[in-house]
Amino acid sequence: MQFGIFTVGDVTTDPTTGRTPDDTERVRNMLTIAQHADQAGLDVFATGEHHNPPFVPSSPTTMLGYLAGTTKNIILSTATTLITTNDPVRLAEEYAMLQVISDGRMDLMMGRGNTGPVYPWFGQDIRQGIPLAIENYALLRRLWEEEVVDWQGKFRTPLQGFTSTPRPLDGVPPFVWHGSIRSPEIAEQAAFYGDGFLHNAIFWPLEHAAQMVKFYRERYEHYGHGQADQAIVGLGGQVFMKKNSQDAVKEFRPYFDNAPVYGHGPAMEDFMRDTPLTVGSPQQVIDRYGKFRDQVGHYQRQMFLMDHAGLPLKTVLEQIDILATEVVPVLRAEAESARPAHVPANPPSHADRVAAGLAAGTVHEQVVAQDTYTGLRAEDSLSS
Amino acid sequence: MLAKGTTMSDRSIVVISAGLSQPSSTRLLADRLADATVTELAARGITAHVETVELRDVAHEIVNMTLSGFASGALKDVLEKVTAADGVIAVTPIFSASYSGLFKSFVDILDKDALVGRPVLVGATGGTGRHSLALEYALRPLFAYLRADVAGTAVFAATDDWADGGGDDVNPLPNRIRRAGRELAEMVADREPSAPVGLYDAVPSFEQLLGGA
Repeated sequence: MQFGIFTVGDVTTDPTTGRTPDDTERVRNMLTIAQHADQAGLDVFATGEHHNPPFVPSSPTTMLGYLAGTTKNIILSTATTLITTNDPVRLAEEYAMLQVISDGRMDLMMGRGNTGPVYPWFGQDIRQGIPLAIENYALLRRLWEEEVVDWQGKFRTPLQGFTSTPRPLDGVPPFVWHGSIRSPEIAEQAAFYGDGFLHNAIFWPLEHAAQMVKFYRERYEHYGHGQADQAIVGLGGQVFMKKNSQDAVKEFRPYFDNAPVYGHGPAMEDFMRDTPLTVGSPQQVIDRYGKFRDQVGHYQRQMFLMDHAGLPLKTVLEQIDILATEVVPVLRAEAESARPAHVPANPPSHADRVAAGLAAGTVHEQVVAQDTYTGLRAEDSLSS
Repeated sequence: MLAKGTTMSDRSIVVISAGLSQPSSTRLLADRLADATVTELAARGITAHVETVELRDVAHEIVNMTLSGFASGALKDVLEKVTAADGVIAVTPIFSASYSGLFKSFVDILDKDALVGRPVLVGATGGTGRHSLALEYALRPLFAYLRADVAGTAVFAATDDWADGGGDDVNPLPNRIRRAGRELAEMVADREPSAPVGLYDAVPSFEQLLGGA
């Protein structure tokens, strides 16, 4: 099982000091956080994508490309990539480039985006959110899977004889997740393709996530990708930890009470009861998150939101250390010992997908680029 | 398909009362309207199961849901009951020329399709009969927007209406309550009992999604 962190990249005033980082500082902090998570041994770092203040991560592949060169093991991902307002052609190109640069140490998660004005700013209509997600993703897949694409659709200018470059690493497209909180159509889409489904349950009761995951699993089986319990599932989570749980509650409360999403609303204790938010000792986090598989089944990826609501960088890095050293090893061991043999431990890696492609005959051992016109390979001119 | 334990001759009525004081004349009117509906349904051989919700009891949860987006505590149960009801009786005090803020906040958190085609009887209370048209210019359009089926008679009870003779010698409050109860009962009796809907029953298959893109 994989454990990682995701960031929405919000620029928020620290309510305890009144200090607000500028955009540059926030972007640099995000890089530091990702590098720290890699060094601490977490499995995944995912960045959000936003096109409006107070959020800074507008260009995920630039950020993830840099991180690919400055981290060693961590999987670089998104939370989420806007499949509605981005041009699927650009997504195919940018994420194939990231895949090549990171040597396959990446995946990505599609999401629709729920900020109304972003749609018209990018020439789209939010009421077409689902049809955009369906059509754009269908095209994105074709651009990765087929060398030459002729395509015509409703939302984008047609393509004749288009080849997206670079071609995916080893001829195998990146693994894709679909994230949605409320729309079962997206769970249906993930199931149809046999892709992963991640429910970011951080602001919702877990039983809601459990219903959506159950639906996704049933449809995954329906479409013939495997048994329902073999579907690839991820969850979002949110924790704040201190050795002594009372210290955690005391330190986190001002951030909770003033948080952009839920601040000035429910009491923290009520929100902890109703959602996966856990503020307390590492053991409390282990006890709570270790039970989620009772509700959603064995799942492959647990993501945590750690750097939001104005929490200072130093605190975020401490939280990552506690998560990586005290919580994750226990949760991982528990999940592994409880996992039935036929259920995948992790989402498929690039190597897994290459091996599966070789076995299925959809991928060939050596792909050597030839000049389309002469049929010669680059090295032929040297040897002759 | 019927919910477990119900028959073709059973119907559920959910009463929403936005009264704030205890005791509340809004609740009093809501109970009278419910009684009249139950009596009229019984006369048609139908057993009505009445659930009454005092919005005051879930006021904090209503505000929390407007901020957090999800229902917590008892509110979750209330929303499920309203969504599954065969008929709804909604009664609010009139504050500042319209429904109360709490009443509107509750309507705001209902799913936009929660009351489509649903028989709804509206009522209101106020200090004097001079507020009575708020039912027609505020409550009726609100439920029309939600595409509910609102009973023709809406009942307003002013303080005077609770006096002998109902404050109106020609058409006193008890008559208006009976007429409204009869109208709601007829609407409810005319419809099949509401079936429990699976959460994802209406999700189109991927082939349909792809075809519609």
